[in-house]
Amino acid sequence: MQESDIKISEEISTKEIRSKRKPGDIFFENLTLLFALLLIGLVLFIAIEIYGDSAESIEHFGFSFIFSSDWNPVTEKFGALAFIYGTIVSSILALLISLPVSIGVAVFLSEIVHKSVRTPVSFLVEILAAIPSIIYGFWGIYVLAPFMASTVQPALSSLFGFLPLFQGPIFGTGMLTASLILAIMITPIISSITRDVLKAIPVSQREAAYALGATRWEAIKMALLNARSGILGGAVLGLGRAIGETMAVTMVIGNKAQIKASLFEPAYSMASVIANEFAEASGSLHISSLIEIGLLLFGVTFIVNTFARILIYSVTRKT
Amino acid sequence: MKCLIAIIACLILVSCSKEKNKPVGKSSGGQIIGAGATFPYPIYSKWFYEFAKINPEAKINYQSIGSGGGIRQITEGTVDFGASDSPMSKDDIAKANSKNNNKIIHIPTVIGAIVLTYNIPGINESINLSGDVISDIYLGNIKKWNDPKIKKDNPNVNLPDKDILVTYRTDGSGTTYVFTDYLGKVSDEWKSKVGVAKDVRFPVGQGGKGNEGVTGIVKQMEYSIGYVELIYALQNKLNFAKVKNSEGEFISPALESLTIAAAGSVEEIPDDLRQSITNAKGKGAYPISSYTYILIYENQKDVIKGKILKEFLQWALSDGGKFAKNLGYAPLPDQVIQKANSKIAGIRY
Repeated sequence: MQESDIKISEEISTKEIRSKRKPGDIFFENLTLLFALLLIGLVLFIAIEIYGDSAESIEHFGFSFIFSSDWNPVTEKFGALAFIYGTIVSSILALLISLPVSIGVAVFLSEIVHKSVRTPVSFLVEILAAIPSIIYGFWGIYVLAPFMASTVQPALSSLFGFLPLFQGPIFGTGMLTASLILAIMITPIISSITRDVLKAIPVSQREAAYALGATRWEAIKMALLNARSGILGGAVLGLGRAIGETMAVTMVIGNKAQIKASLFEPAYSMASVIANEFAEASGSLHISSLIEIGLLLFGVTFIVNTFARILIYSVTRKT
Repeated sequence: MKCLIAIIACLILVSCSKEKNKPVGKSSGGQIIGAGATFPYPIYSKWFYEFAKINPEAKINYQSIGSGGGIRQITEGTVDFGASDSPMSKDDIAKANSKNNNKIIHIPTVIGAIVLTYNIPGINESINLSGDVISDIYLGNIKKWNDPKIKKDNPNVNLPDKDILVTYRTDGSGTTYVFTDYLGKVSDEWKSKVGVAKDVRFPVGQGGKGNEGVTGIVKQMEYSIGYVELIYALQNKLNFAKVKNSEGEFISPALESLTIAAAGSVEEIPDDLRQSITNAKGKGAYPISSYTYILIYENQKDVIKGKILKEFLQWALSDGGKFAKNLGYAPLPDQVIQKANSKIAGIRY
């Protein structure tokens, strides 16, 4: 659609159109332009403000802020590596857990189940997205963490204990539990987008596949392949939510600024440290360092989104 | 939708630009705004409510944003009073005084305590802990519950051969300040390795957010230990330890033992009333306790607000005291009330 619009507008001389336009059109065009610019301006304003407020920390630590994982408010030594690591690992792990589940849910809802079941089930899946994150946090600490400590983590360590990922003392809380909470939180987003994308694939394609003798599984596989850019887009949205999630993660991640191979160990995320320490921080370097973490979080989100765009682009181009 | 976003964006822009040059507190006619510590929030809101019955003009709005936030806001002059669980540092006071060309004073209001709560299956009685044992547990020097050092103080308790799961407050808090202040007094190793602050880097263990986060971990995880505020532990019926005081007694945290701790330190209280009462002298004193303070400028610029605040503080320390115990706060000893009253008398408007 968009491409053809552009072509048409190119064919007709723009000057010709401009002269014929009504003032209402011009007003509307400028109004929408203003709104668009306002949003861009807001993002820039936030970025500049955060950069300005973190100037003290940037000046004091330079690049070592990103490469050091030493975070000690008493000695005023601040380094963000452990938080960056915690945010990225917990979010990606959450995506890895959530993606197969979400695609399964979406396929079930759009391809397999009857309509009378589809509506209530998709309603229930979407309601997961409406639960406030602090509720997830308390559920995590009172229900999920004890279950992880009593059942999941002992099982993982006895089955895969030879991997450094599943070694060490069992706390219940920690990186793995945080990722699991995040996975539950982003599943409704990814699954509902995937379901919509699958629905948008024309029925005629499936009929054609069946006509050629494809099995149901082969028809679904074809639909999934055609929908892959949309599914990736959903995954990116989910990842974005996971990166920024604060309260639920804070409750279960263990909040210890360290980088450990084991997923059972406590970790710390960027959003969590800001939420935890900002209210009580009184030293100006401490405050400035926390704001710089905000700036880095901005950067991490930007980089992850860019990578995801490139990924989607390269996947779409192949079709 | 976009229109809505744009309107919100405009509002944010406008409010941001205003915030810098216009203090919020001054513009609200007659209403007094305070901000700070979360710990005394229940008693303060009770006080504001009761005081408004006596003095209908007194509209006091208190935002429990944390002690650090309270200190920042009173320094910026955006609130009429601040509140903090730990006294302001000398640097902070100098900054606030020079910025506002005024003199900030500390008024202690009530006393709170920190308790050590634990979850050891099969043990429901109070265990005894001494200061050096607590600091060794939090330093990672004592790793197991049946360590000889813990056993020595608990000869009749069957302590298990299990790893201690250490829990701390991860969000900056007055609670952590008082706890580390105590550990710094009883252990030189703690003072040099970790230090005393609202956020410190704990060598071992994992962090919970808020009293509820720490309690959540301790309740769910067997063989864990954590520290929380006394009121919180009382309300949630947690197990807590008796802690050895400077007289060598193991004292259970109770409101009386906090007032005793404050009374035991009253001789050394400095003129500005900024005092740590951890590890206090006196028989029956619980060692991990502290005052919580209201921070206020001596010269009140607004006559009406200044008058109401002065009357409120005088009332809170006299008639207001009777509400403290029911809410789980220990009232100040009489000597401290006298000293605080002479400070309040110095407020001018």
